Amino acid sequence: MKIIEAENLKKEFNGFVAVDEVDFHINKGEIFGFLGPNGAGKTTTINMLTGMVKISAGKVKLMGEDYTHNAKKAQAMMGIVPDESNLYEELSGLENLTFCGALYGMERKHRAERAARLLQQFGLMEAANKPFKAYSKGMKRKLTIAAGIIHQPEILFLDEPTTGIDVAFARQIRNLIVELHKKGTTIFLTTHYIEEAERLCQRLAFIVRGKIVKEGTVEELMKDTQGENVVNFTLGGDFSNIKEEFEERFPGYDFKMGKNNNEVSIHSASTFALFPLVQLFEEKDFPVYEAKIVRPSLEDVFVKVTGIELQKMQDEQGQKGKKGQKGGRARS
Amino acid sequence: MKAWIAFSSILMKDMRSYYLKPPNISWGLIFPIAWTLMFFLRSPVQLEVRDLLPGVMALSILFGTTSMLAVTITFERRSRSFERLLLAPISLNLLMLAKTTGAIMFGIINAFVPVLFASFMTDLSGINWFIVLGSVILIAITSTFLGLFIAVSVSQVFEAQTFSNFFRFPMLFLCGLFIPLANLPAFLRPLSYVLPLTYGVDILKTVLNNNGIIPIPFSFLMLIAFSVFLFAYSIYNVNRKWIL
Ligand SMILES: Nc1ncnc2c1ncn2[C@@H]1O[C@H](COP(=O)(O)OP(=O)(O)OP(=O)(O)O)[C@@H](O)[C@H]1O
Ligand SMILES: [Mg+2]
Repeated sequence: MKIIEAENLKKEFNGFVAVDEVDFHINKGEIFGFLGPNGAGKTTTINMLTGMVKISAGKVKLMGEDYTHNAKKAQAMMGIVPDESNLYEELSGLENLTFCGALYGMERKHRAERAARLLQQFGLMEAANKPFKAYSKGMKRKLTIAAGIIHQPEILFLDEPTTGIDVAFARQIRNLIVELHKKGTTIFLTTHYIEEAERLCQRLAFIVRGKIVKEGTVEELMKDTQGENVVNFTLGGDFSNIKEEFEERFPGYDFKMGKNNNEVSIHSASTFALFPLVQLFEEKDFPVYEAKIVRPSLEDVFVKVTGIELQKMQDEQGQKGKKGQKGGRARS
Repeated sequence: MKAWIAFSSILMKDMRSYYLKPPNISWGLIFPIAWTLMFFLRSPVQLEVRDLLPGVMALSILFGTTSMLAVTITFERRSRSFERLLLAPISLNLLMLAKTTGAIMFGIINAFVPVLFASFMTDLSGINWFIVLGSVILIAITSTFLGLFIAVSVSQVFEAQTFSNFFRFPMLFLCGLFIPLANLPAFLRPLSYVLPLTYGVDILKTVLNNNGIIPIPFSFLMLIAFSVFLFAYSIYNVNRKWIL
């Protein structure tokens, strides 16, 4: 079932088009991701979906009901975690959580219980009575997520939940996201970490300069690189000496030297016949130490579709998040 | 019920984090006390204390409400926590009421600080306190909403303070607090009548000293009209400027 539908959603800021007629939906119970570089329009899209900015054109629906011009009712079912924390610096973690619960009309007893449970779950029990301003960056992010789900929303919006957070905290946060998903929360997530997107999301959209350039399940997106096969060899000698001969014998293959001269990466449009390759290596007295068939990654798809090199995108983001995972991979 | 929980929580949070903080309490009370002493001690004649009371009360309300509002709204806007409130499922009207009610209550309490002092210095009998309270409440409401009007009209947060002084100080002279309207130059007098404080002070003057010049029911009507207009215009501006 579609929980959120965005139809030709557009946002203009004084003539500048930040989001350009994007069209997508989020299914109930899934984690849907927006992957894109700085300024792509990820935050602006979240702001439109949550009623934080006005929509210039297009429509948004929550469970089939249009809320383009009045998001108040829809907001009751949303949890929103912004990229920068906006909790109260002078209130304690516990007070912040109960206050946020109260904003959604939760009764005193109920919100106290929920707050205690979340502090426990998020490993923040010890800091419960410390003022928010005394929290570390990672703790702040965790509390902001807790504040976003205190009222048990149907759908949770997470804007770059791990940007600027150290690896250990980022990993905890990713685990929390998985747990929430298991419990049935629908999640809309923006990120610029491709591996995070691949690992967490069932479906993804690539967004660049305000436009969705590709959208689908992870498998669907991967289809794009099917047809390209790669195998990497590590040999007992310098491959450049025999490269020409290989190129002659295997005209359909593309031979690329690896980082070291005993490494070669072979690309082919059709599936490989490995045996003839190995045989020729043997003939030439080049022992094969390692042969690895490389599955094309989502990263390859992203680069192919958007023409944006990921390392560059992540380095930019890393600078933005100051202490961020410099060039950091999302693997945890 | 849900709306009430949200409303009261916002109000209580503001009280706890801003109004009941020692610096604010003392600041809020020192202002009216200082003015009271300054004006009253200089003129120990009984009649004059009562004469000065409307102006000192109005002054205390005006400064109490507007400075508090600057904290609850302007300050939170800067720290982005205001966004969280805008994203909550409560109507903008209710949200802005919750954010201003604290300032209004603060203004009302401030108004009675000079009354308390005056009661030791002069005879305050024969006063219709019911009307006094009514006008104090409306002065507090209009002053708060005027502060809100300013806070949402400026585009930069820091401008709010400057702008609010731009309004507050002239009002001391234009609204008949200490200088009777009749003594103002004729070309300034129309200005007096577009400022809500003029009507509030006039009610107090009539009730306390019987020297007001505007009929009380008319003043009440004007104050209510100002409240509605300032609030509605502020909401319109919030919608236009803060929700891009
Ligand atoms: N209030 C605004 N006024 C004018 N332009 C804006 C405003 N908000 C965003 N933009 C512009 O819209 C574009 C998209 O911004 P947005 O914040 O949505 O990007 P993003 O994908 O979230 O980027 P990031 O990864 O840096 O968070 C940017 O070019 C930005 O400069
Ligand atoms: Mg963003």
